Amino acid sequence: MSKKEILTGAEALIRSLEMENVEIMFGLPGGCILPAYDPLLKSSIRHVLVRHEQGAGHMAQGYAHVTGRPGVAMVTSGPAATNMVTPLCDAFMDSIPMVCITGQVSTSAIGTDAFQECDTVGITRSVTKHNELVMRAEDIPLAIRQAFHIATTGRPGPVLVDLPKDVLQNTMEWHWPTDEDVLESLPGYRPITKGHPRMIKEAAKLLLASERPVLYLGGGVLKAHAAEAVRELAELLKTPVVTTLMARGAFPDDHELCYGMPGMHGTATAITAMQKADLLCALGARFDDRVTGKVASFAPDAKIIHVDIDPAEQGKVRKPDVPIVGDCRLVVEEIVKAVKELLAEGTTQVDITPWRSRVNGWKEQFPLTYEPSEPGARLKPQFCLEKLRDAAPKNTILVAGVGQHQMWSSLFWKFNEPYSWVNSGGLGTMGFSVPAAIGAKAARPDATVWAIDGDGCFQMTAQELVTASTEGIHVKIAILNNTYLGMVRQWQEMFYGERYSEVDLSGCPDFVKWAEAMGCVGIRVESPEEIDAAIEKANSINDRSVVVEFRVEEFEKVFPMVPAGASNDDVLLHPTQENRREFLK
Amino acid sequence: MSTINANNPYGDSHHHHILTVLVQNRPGVLARVASLFARRGYNIFSLAVAPTEDENYSRITIVVDISATPLEQIVKQLFKLIDVVRITELDPRKSVERELMVATVRADGDQRARVIEVAGIFEAKILAVGADVLTISLDGEPQKLDDFEELLRGYGIVESQRTGRVALPKLEREARKGATKGKAS
Repeated sequence: MSKKEILTGAEALIRSLEMENVEIMFGLPGGCILPAYDPLLKSSIRHVLVRHEQGAGHMAQGYAHVTGRPGVAMVTSGPAATNMVTPLCDAFMDSIPMVCITGQVSTSAIGTDAFQECDTVGITRSVTKHNELVMRAEDIPLAIRQAFHIATTGRPGPVLVDLPKDVLQNTMEWHWPTDEDVLESLPGYRPITKGHPRMIKEAAKLLLASERPVLYLGGGVLKAHAAEAVRELAELLKTPVVTTLMARGAFPDDHELCYGMPGMHGTATAITAMQKADLLCALGARFDDRVTGKVASFAPDAKIIHVDIDPAEQGKVRKPDVPIVGDCRLVVEEIVKAVKELLAEGTTQVDITPWRSRVNGWKEQFPLTYEPSEPGARLKPQFCLEKLRDAAPKNTILVAGVGQHQMWSSLFWKFNEPYSWVNSGGLGTMGFSVPAAIGAKAARPDATVWAIDGDGCFQMTAQELVTASTEGIHVKIAILNNTYLGMVRQWQEMFYGERYSEVDLSGCPDFVKWAEAMGCVGIRVESPEEIDAAIEKANSINDRSVVVEFRVEEFEKVFPMVPAGASNDDVLLHPTQENRREFLK
Repeated sequence: MSTINANNPYGDSHHHHILTVLVQNRPGVLARVASLFARRGYNIFSLAVAPTEDENYSRITIVVDISATPLEQIVKQLFKLIDVVRITELDPRKSVERELMVATVRADGDQRARVIEVAGIFEAKILAVGADVLTISLDGEPQKLDDFEELLRGYGIVESQRTGRVALPKLEREARKGATKGKAS
């Protein structure tokens, strides 16, 4: 390649994306990004044409969730860029690697309030890990390389590259920056990956010396591909494990050491194990308020080992006794080594069998539960989830929206494989599941992708099922239709004296007809007798997307629950278990 | 702004720490720093920014108010900005600090001579002379500017502006050869 090759900025963009091994991108063209869509015609990259830019962003996220590779979205300027703000923020909160390309008005028009102009880098500054307005065609390859490097290293996150129309149209001499070029261009960006050896040894000692240890896994375990290393550590020490909403699947639910999800709607066992622990080993977790409840009374007796690749997470919420900045997999592998060395040197682990039998006692006393529906009454959402779970083909990926159905999904599903759970944790974006499921399915065509959605969520982004139908990306959507904004309704019932304000969605559309209008198969399930056949039918259809509407009980609530601002000690149990509360002491 | 030191707003409150932040000299970098402070609810007391001896880098000197947020968190969050290359917290005892002030002061009748006298004592410069006002500039350590401003206030300050402080670490031995060379520290 000694011959000079002259490309337009747009051609350089598409070639740069190819060089980054992008296989699929999600987007929707418009005025300023038009030049980039022309060379795309000849590209090896598959482009999925969405119906709304927000959908493109969530699809890119779904892709990234299940592959660990950066999801790519491309949209135009102005309203398209602002429609992308929600997915960017969602990806930022959940540390999802993502690269977003936006069109911008020509450099000469920037600042003039031109048609479809907005300050995209200004607007997205606080919801991206980094963003960049590229002012010269020759800078495009480096900007793209930087974007992928930044999105995927350190704590992953979304990066936006804003490209003015004339920059896409101008020509440049093609060149592809080397790794050194990228590093040199980012002198302030050197993520720490290797943990401090002294801290690692401290952590190992503490793990061996603790009477009531808990491994507290966060999404960072999955980002760092640390699931195997974490399992080795847990099994070596027989330490109880809890998996946060972002870490579901990072440790198998069917493992004897797994006690499920902690937090506001966690299992009583996971919540209480953390409260009573004398050591919390937080791995890629960030002490989110939904996990800690009232911080002042969170795990009061616990020493903290905090492993996180982001130094700013150390001490942000809870001061760690042993802070370790580094890549979760590398650090945990080193901790395992250090523990083995200490054991070989004759250090013995404190006997934690009394602790484990105590935790197991809670697990026995406080299983997840719900009351079955009365004959003739509406279905219970938990019952639908159990049915879906038990009939799900192997390697099913579960995606959820946000609300009650999300919590029931996380609680009642069994996640035994990493990367089998996709949801919007930090931002809590209603409408996430339909497009995220499409992105996940595009990444994993071999897997069955079920999205559990609420009737409120579905109405926010359902139009992307048109995308699914036309692109042949076949997903399965289960709507748990309780004709309410269910989680808000639950709060109004519990904390606002049953004064229901603007939560009634009973004027909902005919979901079956709507599904059919979008090229999907629509199925409605209203009684327990219909459920098995409906799910079997849904699972057997592989040439179209399927929407199954389950008409579920309106007033079902999610339990356990730690009310906002309350201490985790005051978790509200399922009403049928409240009389056993003493066992949690 | 901290109200703890209300009588001496520019004085060295123990809530004020100096950070010098070396950043890549790129468009929007100041906006990134400012919006980080705004988003996370950190308080900037004063801020000065200019390119360094190497045109690829700028140095931002920020006096932060840490009455609400621990300095450690501010530094760590700042360092997450991709354009931030290095952050140094300067201990006032081990750094040299300078600030510039310009002030227009009432100076009519008898007062004119007294204002000129005060300016002379502080080695301030008179930049402009009006019929009944003088515009004066003074650079020096922030404490010196505080004292000067306090004195001028007695004569009536019409308008004044301070730059916010800039600072560099003190050299271990000031005469050491070549100590100031090399990339910005």
